[in-house]
Amino acid sequence: MEELPAAEGDEADQTDRADRADRAAQVAPAGQVGDVGTVIVTRALTKRYRGGQLAVDGLDLTVPAGSVFGFLGPNGSGKTTTIRMLMGLIEPTSGTARVLGQPMPRAARAVLPHVGALIEGPALYGFLSGRDNLIRYDAADPTADPRTRRTRVAAALDRVGLTAAASKKAKAYSLGMKQRLGLAAALLQPRRLLVLDEPTNGLDPQGMREIRALIRELASDGTTVFLSSHLLDEIEQVCTHAAVMAQGRLITQGAVAELAAGTRGRLFVATPDTGDAARVLKEQGAGDVVITEDRVTAEPPDRDLADVNAALVTAGVRVRGFGVERASLEDAFVALTGEGFDVAG
Amino acid sequence: MSRAEAIGKPSPLWTFGLLRSELITTFRRWRTLALLGVLAAVPILVGIAVKIETGDGSSMGGGGPQGGGGGPAFISQITNNGLFLVFTALAATLPFFLPMAIGVIAGDAIAGEANAGTLRYLLVAPAGRTRLLLTKYATTMAFCLVATLVVAVSALTVGALLFPLGDLTTISGTRISFAEGLGRALLIALVVAVSLIGVAALGLFVSTLTNSGIAAMATTVGLLITVQILDQIPQLHAIHPYFFSHYWLSFADLMREPVYWDDLVKNLGVQALYAAVFGSAAWARFMAKDITA
Repeated sequence: MEELPAAEGDEADQTDRADRADRAAQVAPAGQVGDVGTVIVTRALTKRYRGGQLAVDGLDLTVPAGSVFGFLGPNGSGKTTTIRMLMGLIEPTSGTARVLGQPMPRAARAVLPHVGALIEGPALYGFLSGRDNLIRYDAADPTADPRTRRTRVAAALDRVGLTAAASKKAKAYSLGMKQRLGLAAALLQPRRLLVLDEPTNGLDPQGMREIRALIRELASDGTTVFLSSHLLDEIEQVCTHAAVMAQGRLITQGAVAELAAGTRGRLFVATPDTGDAARVLKEQGAGDVVITEDRVTAEPPDRDLADVNAALVTAGVRVRGFGVERASLEDAFVALTGEGFDVAG
Repeated sequence: MSRAEAIGKPSPLWTFGLLRSELITTFRRWRTLALLGVLAAVPILVGIAVKIETGDGSSMGGGGPQGGGGGPAFISQITNNGLFLVFTALAATLPFFLPMAIGVIAGDAIAGEANAGTLRYLLVAPAGRTRLLLTKYATTMAFCLVATLVVAVSALTVGALLFPLGDLTTISGTRISFAEGLGRALLIALVVAVSLIGVAALGLFVSTLTNSGIAAMATTVGLLITVQILDQIPQLHAIHPYFFSHYWLSFADLMREPVYWDDLVKNLGVQALYAAVFGSAAWARFMAKDITA
């Protein structure tokens, strides 16, 4: 039934996630600027492109250390511009960004060796093999020891399951394989922060599952993961914290549980006797009663739901199912923006 | 936080890892090898053409292919001495083939990486903008040298196979030994390679202006042709000495006895000027560039 947690999230993961959320919350009390427990802090970060288009507008973002931070927003909402500013690729028009406690883009050379990034999909040298692509990216990092380069590259390939295809030219790779190779490049070194922009793009369901497992594994090692996505599902499954952007502005940020808790769940009754059920629910004090085919949903009243159920049965309503639907992040998003998620900004 | 220390301090030597990677990547590209192949073919064609033309024992008649244009009349000497094919081939490729090949490599240097999206990953690695640009320039200059040597070695091989070798006569009419002639040939190849530094700097600057490798290559080669044409217009005489190609054929002065240095030095000066001006412009542009590709 629908009140079950999302298809893939088993008990262990849920518990693990809750633990991490607690840990992250302890390290980083909300709202403290420049705290050691924060990995990314931006203040009034703004980017206006030369055409005059305002891509990011006064962004105040705080990413606690140890969190899996979901960065949400429709296409064109400024997510990628933000990530590029954090990585020192784009100069902000105004405002500041600190990554790992140091200002960007000024401290790029000190900060970036500790950061693995996948930005707007992978980019590869098609005429080089997968392995040689990684060797080139590793050589670009001046802190990477050339003596251990081959070992690191082999380990990274193994981690994303590309060892068998390592000698193939990258232009022969499928989209999913390219994505994996891009991830491998981000994992060449032990990182304190991983910035993953739409990491499951182009992957099949099995691939998505593997990437999520990988993210959980990295997070449990203490790496902070900053994950951008337009898939709410994905964020809900792996993230401890989330921020929502729309049209260049930050709409909200916080722990995923709190964001979802902001929206109350809805009472639902599955029954063939929808008319009677709706009447009884109103009598019991439920608001906003909506009847669909063979279901009635409503804002739950402020009383024990067992009494509501008893009242329904006493009134002769044949009840097939009864319960409260957990509020999802999507509900929270719609409540926040008043619009569907897929609307481009 | 403890893992932060685990990643060691960068060794100063490791910074050359990027240069090594860049050289390997450039010279493994099919396109680079094709350019070098075309350059190697020019002396072969010139050599065979001269051989056929003089096959009946008669001497060369009229101006040979591409040998003219104010260039030295080395071509008529090839039948006497194969070493002159080296000078002829360099004189034939320097006005267009060599700088065009440099334009392709230099124009693609930054713009090609931006086009493929690999630029953003090199920069977050972090390659460092200055380091990456210097690496690209060094690699382009390495290509200048390799391209020139490919022409010279190909010409020497073809010259030795088709024509006799031996002592040679300089432009001034004095005789020098074959060994000294070989030394002069190497020196000339180096001067030709250095003559291309200006084009390389110009191409690199163009490359930082766009995110399209093809556009950068086309612009650089277009500029090359424009400058060559303007250099032929007498009314523009006053600005001719500032064209990067104006003193290119001065390398022939190395075949005089004694060597006539004036134009050679002017050539080096012009190349240094272009490297300084366009190198700085490329750096300033690249440091301030928003990487959106």
